[in-house]
Amino acid sequence: MPEIVAFNTIDAGIEPEAEKVQARATQAGPRGKKPRRALSGRNIMIYGTLIVMALYYLLPLYVMVMTSLKGMPEIRLGNIFAPPLEITFEPWVKAWSSACTGLNCDGLSRGFWNSVRITVPSTIVSIAIASINGYALANWRFKGADLFFTILIVGAFIPYQVMIYPIVIVLRELGVYGSLTGLIIVHTIFGMPILTLLFRNYFAGLPEELFKAARVDGAGFWTIYFRIMLPMSMPIFVVAMILQVTGIWNDFLFGVVFTRPEYYPMTVQLNNIVNSVQGVKEYNVNMAATILTGAVPLFVYFVSGRLFVRGIAAGAVKG
Amino acid sequence: MAGHTRGSGRPNQWLRNLNAKFASVPMILTAVVIFLGGTIWTVVYSFTNSKLLPRLSFVGLDQYERLWAAPRWLMSVQNLVIYGFFSLVFSLVIGFVLAALMDQKIRFENTFRTIMLYPFALSFIVTGLVWQWLLNPEFGIQSVVRSLGWTSFAFDPLYNSNIVIYGILIAALWQGTGLVMCLMLAGLRGIDEDIWKATRVDGIPMWKTYLLVIIPMMRGVFITTLVIIASGIVKVYDLVVAQTSGGPGIASEVPAKYVYDYMFQAQNLGQGFAASTMMLVTVAIIIVPWAYLEFGGGRKRA
Repeated sequence: MPEIVAFNTIDAGIEPEAEKVQARATQAGPRGKKPRRALSGRNIMIYGTLIVMALYYLLPLYVMVMTSLKGMPEIRLGNIFAPPLEITFEPWVKAWSSACTGLNCDGLSRGFWNSVRITVPSTIVSIAIASINGYALANWRFKGADLFFTILIVGAFIPYQVMIYPIVIVLRELGVYGSLTGLIIVHTIFGMPILTLLFRNYFAGLPEELFKAARVDGAGFWTIYFRIMLPMSMPIFVVAMILQVTGIWNDFLFGVVFTRPEYYPMTVQLNNIVNSVQGVKEYNVNMAATILTGAVPLFVYFVSGRLFVRGIAAGAVKG
Repeated sequence: MAGHTRGSGRPNQWLRNLNAKFASVPMILTAVVIFLGGTIWTVVYSFTNSKLLPRLSFVGLDQYERLWAAPRWLMSVQNLVIYGFFSLVFSLVIGFVLAALMDQKIRFENTFRTIMLYPFALSFIVTGLVWQWLLNPEFGIQSVVRSLGWTSFAFDPLYNSNIVIYGILIAALWQGTGLVMCLMLAGLRGIDEDIWKATRVDGIPMWKTYLLVIIPMMRGVFITTLVIIASGIVKVYDLVVAQTSGGPGIASEVPAKYVYDYMFQAQNLGQGFAASTMMLVTVAIIIVPWAYLEFGGGRKRA
């Protein structure tokens, strides 16, 4: 037995948990963990791998920022990893206010405001509809509800390409194809499966007694929703908001298919600026524009932290 | 449950619970009209020779024959298979190894997690454009390595039609592995500490414990992750558009892009519908067995 334990300790590099607990219980001597050598081979391996991977993840962000702060002559001469010799904010200004897409030369600002005008109402409408719907499914089940819900969830896995054209026809019939309203409807539709699931599960997890007590007191469908469910569910609303804001902001396909060029969201405009075939390629402007487009979801990510992880774990199904 | 406990007399089926039904109208419309109706519509019209506008003149399997004879479609499918296979394998391996490392009670866990996950917050367009720049042979990684003295160094995946799909793969892995790591880490944290104690007492080396005990125990997490990655793979579109626009030539075309181009640019709707139906079939092949395993067999999970 002793050899096995020793072998184990060397191999795994940590002292056996059971032994530790026992030791703590029986003897009144030194307490706490046995001090571990900070530079054991195991630690070097773990931290080394993690740091190398972290560099791989950080590298593109670093290069983006560095490139966007250089002038074009320096980019042509130098290496992309080198920090700028002369910092210039010219590319940022140009990307924001005068980069060209086709005939328009008013920069990404147009796309930014379009994206704001798309994201804000789409987020609000989709969350409002899905939360009420999830509430109905969790607390006011009616015959057939589960069938529709199953279709909705299965539908989340259908590639968008299959449903795009029928939606174009429906929107055209409604007279909103190409407009912001049309795009908001589309985002509401495709956000519905995951959001409804999220809210349904959350409301179903709340104590049923609350709901019953409110019923006994004579509260109806909407009263219970607005006075009890809504105030109790702020965390899940924040998760849904994070999910929708990043998802809608990052969308490209729907923006291209369902809007006219004057309403193109930022991602579409960014792609048009960077991948345009005419003119000299200005890599610094391109990178500044790319950072600007990524800035909003990055901001949401860094501010929301752990909630973001919860949101994407739920929303990953959306793809 | 509430709906069943009340109204034992059932005076009027349709008027009961009216508010809930009203609140579910958007869901019912989406499920029935868009998801179900739209899908059936597309499948039906894939058997027609619709060009600029959808027309109901059936031509049997013509569109599919044309589709599977088109070099561009074959290239798209081949790319999807290569991209899909490697992105599955690498996402799972890298994601799991990173999660296992993160699970060693390390310091700065939150910092590492934040760094690994931030690319997932970025759109595929941003990801594609950054990697387009990094892989630019004139200025990017290739030129930097060459300037260090290794002048014959060649790494230009985006300009070499044989390996362009791997250039896209690198960007996709950068964007997506953080998510896989997070899902796996959640799975690892769900494993009972007693399992670890038991294997330590038995003197089983750590790597063996992971391989033979932990991974089989995390079957559910693996399958869910697999489905998430796989359904993302089939949809890959923006990344290719941003990074290569399908080039050089048709070397990095993917099915989703084929569908879009035929529907909205080549104005050959029939081809687009046939191609999107093939995408649907692919997803069904992935999803149906999973759904059966997960939800079928009498085991219900909410």
